[in-house]
Amino acid sequence: MRFSLVSLARQAFGGAAWPRQWREAEPKPAYDVVIVGAGGHGLATAYYLAKEHGIRDVAVLDKGWLGGGNTGRNTTIIRSNYLQDESAAIYEHALKLWETLSGELNYNVMYSPRGVMMLAHNEHDTRVFKRHVHANRLQGIDNEWLTPQQAKAFCPPLHVGTDARYPVLGAALQRRGGVARHDAVAWGYARGASAMGVDIVQNCEVTGISRQPNGAVAGVETTRGTILANKVAVVAAGHTSVLMGMAGVRMPLESFPLQALVSEPVKPVMPCVVMSNTVHAYISQSDKGELVIGAGTDAYTSYSQAGGLHISSHTLEAICELFPSFRRLRMLRSWGGIVDVTPDRSPIIGLTPVPGLFVNCGWGTGGFKATPGSGHVFAATIARGEPHPIAAPFGLDRFRTGRLIDEAAAAAVSH
Amino acid sequence: MLLIPCPWCGPRPENEFHYGGEAGIVRPVDPAAVDDAAWAAYLYHRTNPKGLHRERWRHQFGCGRFFNATRDTVTDQITGTAKP
Ligand SMILES: Cc1cc2nc3c(=O)[nH]c(=O)nc-3n(C[C@H](O)[C@H](O)[C@H](O)COP(=O)(O)OP(=O)(O)OC[C@H]3O[C@@H](n4cnc5c(N)ncnc54)[C@H](O)[C@@H]3O)c2cc1C
Ligand SMILES: [Zn+2]
Repeated sequence: MRFSLVSLARQAFGGAAWPRQWREAEPKPAYDVVIVGAGGHGLATAYYLAKEHGIRDVAVLDKGWLGGGNTGRNTTIIRSNYLQDESAAIYEHALKLWETLSGELNYNVMYSPRGVMMLAHNEHDTRVFKRHVHANRLQGIDNEWLTPQQAKAFCPPLHVGTDARYPVLGAALQRRGGVARHDAVAWGYARGASAMGVDIVQNCEVTGISRQPNGAVAGVETTRGTILANKVAVVAAGHTSVLMGMAGVRMPLESFPLQALVSEPVKPVMPCVVMSNTVHAYISQSDKGELVIGAGTDAYTSYSQAGGLHISSHTLEAICELFPSFRRLRMLRSWGGIVDVTPDRSPIIGLTPVPGLFVNCGWGTGGFKATPGSGHVFAATIARGEPHPIAAPFGLDRFRTGRLIDEAAAAAVSH
Repeated sequence: MLLIPCPWCGPRPENEFHYGGEAGIVRPVDPAAVDDAAWAAYLYHRTNPKGLHRERWRHQFGCGRFFNATRDTVTDQITGTAKP
């Protein structure tokens, strides 16, 4: 069913049940391409494989439900003002796709470019962010420097007084940055891919990666049987090391719990997204009215999908300092996701030492924003068997050659 | 917050400790003698298991000493510690 004013009205007044948005598929014995992981990145990859490369004999497998990983757990901050040219290229590629994504998918992903403001609290922050502003201008990406008063004007609830332990010294603002509805992104891509023939198989855990006698990929073993495919793409975020281990590939990754929490819903009070790496807090307001708050990662690697209470309380302390008017709000829910962190805080996209095995991972604490761009360049990489130009610098090989893409300053734990 | 049993001081709260990453990663004795792949493996490749993990901790705000621990990364339960 295509959504339009007419179809919505007919549905609203006709009283019929809403149709399912994608087919519930049984796994077939073989596919051209098997994608492991039905998060935003895996589903977007399937969508663009079908749409742009005509490869429709594709299955997307997930051990749980689609979008139930980090995609459905993230704080949805979208921006493209990274430092290095390679990063700017991929995140900006994604941002351009966000701008037209609802139309492209005929599904409202609620992309809202309300501005992302990153606060500077010390001399080091100020220099780093100004360097970002200049680098971004050279890259043709919007990013501007604000004084504390301009930051306050852009976000009235923000406290910019000098009495704070870490007063706001300025801010970098990307006006085109913002948020989107995470579930809708997964659902929109799933619906679009399914309509073009892609099988989305939920509750199907991959337990092994099988190989041909010559070493190339032969398919996957799953809890729902063997599935053959000459191309297997692992898009499993925090579980990537586990899956790649099934093919004997050691990864430059560590998995950490990352938490988020939401407050009770209140009337509109936060007009934009505010991030602070230094005091460790990220905040925006959802359309339901909840303040959506991102906390930090735990110190140690873990798959617990929980995270320590001291991590989220630390963030709430910072939020209360930055936004004194939020002090009496109650928190409603908190949760964790498992993020896969690379040594240079940049993703890994491309081929692997195993022929036919592709990987897209390492997005760590900040890959939601890249979802459309990542899926788009990864689909091209799988279809052609060689990296898309935007993906090329992000190959696994960079850890051997030393051509790292250092985004630690921009993305220390941030989004 | 984890309760971490320091082999010298006994159980202490996690925020007294500093996490030291995977245990048993050995620096090549002569870095110039190994190829780039081996050097990359030493610097960057980690087991990152879902299950038992051998890791290093330092009792930073206590006795200051390093020790090894084995922790289940699914439950975060520490199943054993060892003095170096
Ligand atoms: C709390 C939190 C806040 C965040 N905030 C932001 C933010 O504000 N902005 C931003 O840009 N990014 C943010 N991120 C990061 C972002 O969520 C991720 O980078 C992104 O969603 C990753 O998408 P994905 O599709 O690769 O992974 P996922 O959505 O995690 O999908 C991977 C899928 O693989 C499946 N899988 C794993 N193992 C197997 C197996 N063996 N067999 C089958 N399936 C398997 C999982 O079930 C999962 O559904 C945040 C993350 C968290 C946890
Ligand atoms: Zn001790």
